[in-house]
Amino acid sequence: ERTLPVVDLAARLFSLSSAARQAPADLSATGQPGHALARSAEDHEDGGASHHGGGYKIVQWEWSYVQTPYIIAIWLLVASVAKILFHFSQRFTTVVPESCVLILLGLVLGAVVLIANKKQLYQLDPGLFFLFLLPTIVGDAGYFMPSRLFFDNLGAILMYAVVGTLWNAFCTGFCLYGVKLAGVIDDKVQAGLMEFLLFGALISAVDPVAVLAVFEEVHVNEMLFIIVFGESLLNDAVTVVLYKVYISFVEVGPGNVQTADYFKGVASFLVVSIGGTMVGLIFAVILAFITRFTKKVRIIEPLFIFLLVYLAYLTAELFSLSAILSMTFCGIGCNKYVEANISQKSRTTVKYTMKTLASIAETIIFIFLGISAVDKSKWAWDTGLIACTLIFIFVFRAMGVVGQTWILNKFRLVPLEKIDQVVMSYGGLRGAVAFALVVLLDGEQVKAKDYFVATTIVVVFFTVMFQGLTIKPLVKWLKVPRSTNRKPTINEEIHERAFDHILAAIEDIAGLNGYHHWRDKWEQFDKNYLSKLLLRKSVYHKSELWEAYQKINIRDAISVIDQGGNILTSARLSLPSMASRTSFPEVTNVTNYLRENGSGVCLDLQVIDTNPGAKVEEETETHHVLAGNLYKPRRRYQSHYSRHFMTVGDQERQEREVFQRNMRNRLESFKSTHYKRHKKDRSQKKRKGSDAKEQDANDKPRRNVSWQDKDPIIVPLESEENKGERSEPDKDEDVGITFVARKGSETPKERPKSVPAALEVCQSPSVAPPSPTCGEKNLPWKGGIGTLPPCVSVEATKIIPIDLQQAWNQSISSLESLASPPVPQEPQHPRVSALYRLSGPPRPPPPPPPVPGQFQFPGGKEEEEESALSQQQQEMQPLMPSLRPPPPPPSGAVPPGRRRNPCVYLRSLVTTPPSGSEPHSRGPTQL
Amino acid sequence: RWRLFSDLLYKHNFSEIIQRASKIFVSHSQITRLYSRFHSLDKGENGALSREDFQRIPELAINPLGDRIINAFFPEGEDQVNFRGFMRTLAHFRPVEDNEKNKDPSAGEPLNSRNNKLLFAFRLYDLDRDDKISRDELLQVLRMMVGVNISDEQLGSIADRTIQEADTNGDMCISFSEFIKVLEKVDVEQKMSIRFLH
Repeated sequence: ERTLPVVDLAARLFSLSSAARQAPADLSATGQPGHALARSAEDHEDGGASHHGGGYKIVQWEWSYVQTPYIIAIWLLVASVAKILFHFSQRFTTVVPESCVLILLGLVLGAVVLIANKKQLYQLDPGLFFLFLLPTIVGDAGYFMPSRLFFDNLGAILMYAVVGTLWNAFCTGFCLYGVKLAGVIDDKVQAGLMEFLLFGALISAVDPVAVLAVFEEVHVNEMLFIIVFGESLLNDAVTVVLYKVYISFVEVGPGNVQTADYFKGVASFLVVSIGGTMVGLIFAVILAFITRFTKKVRIIEPLFIFLLVYLAYLTAELFSLSAILSMTFCGIGCNKYVEANISQKSRTTVKYTMKTLASIAETIIFIFLGISAVDKSKWAWDTGLIACTLIFIFVFRAMGVVGQTWILNKFRLVPLEKIDQVVMSYGGLRGAVAFALVVLLDGEQVKAKDYFVATTIVVVFFTVMFQGLTIKPLVKWLKVPRSTNRKPTINEEIHERAFDHILAAIEDIAGLNGYHHWRDKWEQFDKNYLSKLLLRKSVYHKSELWEAYQKINIRDAISVIDQGGNILTSARLSLPSMASRTSFPEVTNVTNYLRENGSGVCLDLQVIDTNPGAKVEEETETHHVLAGNLYKPRRRYQSHYSRHFMTVGDQERQEREVFQRNMRNRLESFKSTHYKRHKKDRSQKKRKGSDAKEQDANDKPRRNVSWQDKDPIIVPLESEENKGERSEPDKDEDVGITFVARKGSETPKERPKSVPAALEVCQSPSVAPPSPTCGEKNLPWKGGIGTLPPCVSVEATKIIPIDLQQAWNQSISSLESLASPPVPQEPQHPRVSALYRLSGPPRPPPPPPPVPGQFQFPGGKEEEEESALSQQQQEMQPLMPSLRPPPPPPSGAVPPGRRRNPCVYLRSLVTTPPSGSEPHSRGPTQL
Repeated sequence: RWRLFSDLLYKHNFSEIIQRASKIFVSHSQITRLYSRFHSLDKGENGALSREDFQRIPELAINPLGDRIINAFFPEGEDQVNFRGFMRTLAHFRPVEDNEKNKDPSAGEPLNSRNNKLLFAFRLYDLDRDDKISRDELLQVLRMMVGVNISDEQLGSIADRTIQEADTNGDMCISFSEFIKVLEKVDVEQKMSIRFLH
C-alpha cells in the first residue's frame, strides 16, 4: 500500500511513467511485477519478514520499490557528470556553449534508448517541466535579479515583452497562414488561421532558460543582458494568455468567435499579468514577514524562502495566472528584506542551493530536449512550414526590435545602439517553454500537432545551437561592449560616488523629477511603512556602518586565527583592515568568508563566484569599507545596483548627519561673512592644530603604532570640539535656524556632535573618560560609562566589536583547549590576557547564561543589543568547536554598564532615540 | 509695481537669453523649462541667483556634496549667478549626442565633453584651485561623503591609497591629468549626464 502512492505520484509527475510500467517486467528478478510490488509493500510493513515465496531470502531485488527515485537520481548523476566532462576541455568550452553540448548528449542518449527499446520512453514532460524544472530556474533568476538594473530598464523590458511578443505572435501566425494559402506549406498540414495564430503565439516567446544558458557565456554588457533576459521573463503573461485564448478559439471553432471574446482576451491579459504580479508581491510580503521571526530557528530559514517562492509560483498556476511573473516578482520583492533578516549562513545556503538547483534543472531540460527529438512518432516533417517559420521568427524579431528601439530611444538617456539591436534580434532564442507548450496541445483538436511539434523542435535546436554557437563570434565581431568583471578601483569607487551626488544635486537644482522622483517617493514609502513592517527591529535600527565595521573586525579576527599562534605571540600585529597593507600576508581561509560576503554583483545568474587572487581580496576589502560607509546618493545610475540594498534606517540617519553638517558649514560661513567674528579663524586654527596632530599620528610607521600613544591626541581634540560646540548654540539662535526636533533630556545641539566623540571613545576606550554629555548626566543608567574597566586593552576592543567579545573569548579559549601544549605561554601575551580579563575569568567553567531580566534598561534598547549579541553568537558558532554555552556577564558583581563598552550606549542614544521616551522624534530633515 | 517691472525685465531679456543659450542647449523647450525653474528659484526676483536661493532647495541640504556643488555655480569671487551662468553650469551635464562626436575640433570643446565633465568633478575636490587634489582636500571630500562611524585613521588610509593609486609623478597629489587617467575606464559621458527633457 505504501509504495503505490509513491509510484503513482511519480508516474503522474514524471514522464517516466511509461518506463515505470514497463521496467518491472524487464528488470524485476521475480518476473512478476505486480506480485513483487505487493510483496515489497508488505515487507516494509512487517519489518522485512517475507510471507511469500520460498522462505526467507537474504538479499532481495526491490527494484520496483526504489525505481522512480532511482531513475531520477541516475539522470541527475548523468547530467552532472556530463557537465564535468564538458568542462575538461578548456578550448572546447570557449567555443561551444554548454547548452549545445547538452542537447547533443541528449540526442545520443535518446538514440541509445531508441535502439535498445525500439520506442522512445522519455521525453520532456510538460508537467515535470512546468511544475519543477522551470520554477527552479525562474526562482533563482528572480531572487538574484539585479533589481536596480531591472527597474532602471523596466520600460524597455515591458515594451519588448508585451508589444514585441504580440507583434511576433501575430505576424508569424498571419504570415504562416498566408504562405499556407499560397501553397508553400503542404496540404497535409491541416491548420486554419486559428491554428497558425496559436502556433505563432507559442513559438514567438523568447525563452528564459535558453537566454540564460547562452547569454551567460557571452558576457555582453549588463544593460543588454537585463533587457533580453527581462523580456524573456515578462513575456510569459503574453504567451500564456495568447495560448489560452487561441486554444479556446480553436475549440469553439473560428466561426463562433464573437467580438466580445477578443475583449475578454484583453481583459484576461490584464488579469493574468497584474494578477500574477500581485500574487508574487503578496507572497514576497508574507515571506519577508515570516523571516522577521526566524531568529530562533535559523536552520530552517532557507526552507521558508524556497517554499514561499515556490508557493508563489504554484498559487499563480492554481489561478491560471502568469506563474513566471509571480515568481519573478516574489523574488525581486522579497530579496531586500529577506537578505537583511536572515543570517549570513542562511544567505549562503540559499544562494548555493538555488544555484545548484537551477543549474541541474537547466542541464536536465537541455538533455531532455535532445532526447525528445529522437522519437519517430513525433516527426512529421514539412520543409515548407519549417523554413517559413524559421524565416518569419527571425525577420519579425529583427523588425520588432528595430521598431521598438526607435521609439524607446526617444526616451532613454542611454540610447540602444545599432549593434545592441543586432544582438537583441539575434538573441531571441526559443526554448523549452515553446516545446512544452506545443507538446501540451490536444492532438484531437489541433490536427497539425505533430507538424507543429517537429517544427518547434527544429526551431529550438536552430536557435539554441546555431545562434548559440554563432552569437559569441558575432558579439566579438561587432565589438559589443562586454561586461567586465573588473572590480572598481578605489579611485573609481570614490569618484563615481561623487558623480552620483553631483547628478542628484544638479537634478534637484534643475527641478527635474521623472523616474528618479518617483523612485524617491517609493523609497520614502518603503522606509516609513514597508521596512518597518518587514524588517527585524534590530535590523531596522541598526546602522549599516556599524555592521560593516563589525564585519571587517570579524574578518580580522578570523585572519588572526588563521595565521596561527604566531600572531598572538609576536609583538607586531598586522590586520588586513589597517591602513598600510604591506605586511598583510595571504590568508587562504579568509577567502571563503570574503567570497560569501562579496557584494560584487555577478550578472550571470548561474555563476557563483570567481577565484580572486590575493590582491583582489585586498581591494575587495577596501571596497567593502567604502561601500558600507560612503553616503548613499539619493539616486544612482545603472552601474550602481546592489543586491543588498542599503538598510533603511541608515538613510534617515545619513540625511540627518549630512543635513547637520551642511548646516553647520553654512552657519560658519554665514557667521564669518556677516558678523565678521573671529570665531571662524579660531576654529580653523583649532582644526589645523588637530589636523597636524593627526598627521603626526598617521605618519608614524604603522607597525609600531602603539595605541596608547595615540590616545592623548584624541582626547584634546574631542574636548576642543566640545568647547566649540558649547559656544555655538547662542549664535545659532540668532540666525533663526534650528535643526533640532527633539525635546527631552538631551541638549539637542550636542547630539550630532557627540557622534564623533562617541566613536573616538570607541576607538580608544581605555583613555580618560569622555567628558560626560548631558545625556549621561540626566540618564542614571549611564553612570557606569565614565569608569571603564581599567584593564581593558585597547587592542582587544579594536579588533573585536563589543558585541562579539564574548564569542571571541570563547573561540580563543576553545582554540587553546584544542591545541593544549602551547597554551601556558600564550596567556602571557598582554593582549590575550586582556581579552580574558574582559569578560571575567575565562578558564573556570562558564557561569549560568545571562538572565534577561538582569538588564533593565528603559526603552527596550538593551533587548536589541542582546538580540544582536545572541544573533552574532549564533553566527560565530563554527569558531567554537567545543560548543560551550555563551559565557554570561559576571553575575551581579559588576554592574552591566561597567562591562560594556560605552560606545554601545552612546550609539544607541545617538542613532536611535529611545522609543519609549520620545515617540515623536523626527530627523531634522523633516522639519 | 516692482514685480511687474522685474517681470518686464525678464521678458525683455528672454529672447536675447534664448539666442545666447541655444548655443549651449539645443532645444527651445529645454531652455523654457529651465528658465521657469530659474525664475522659481529666484526668490529675490533680481534676475540672478544667490547662494541662499540654492540653499533653499530642500534636497540639497541632505546632499553630502550639496554646498560644494552650489559653489560650482558661482564664478570665482562672485555672489550672484545669472541665467546664462546657470545654464552654462547645467550644460556640463547634457548627454553627449552622436552628431557632436564628429564635429570638427576647431569649433572648440563643448561644455558637455568628457574633459569638461571631469573638470567639473575635479574642481569640487580642488578647493584652492591649484589644479591638484592634495591629501587634505581629498580627506575633506571623503569626510563629507562618509558617515561619522568611519574613523579618521581608516579614512586616512583610504585617502593614502587613493592617492597612491592615482599618483604617477610622485608628488603625493592628484593632478587633473592623473585624474583623467585614473578614470579612463569609466563611462563618464554616461555617468555625468542627465536627461533634460526635450
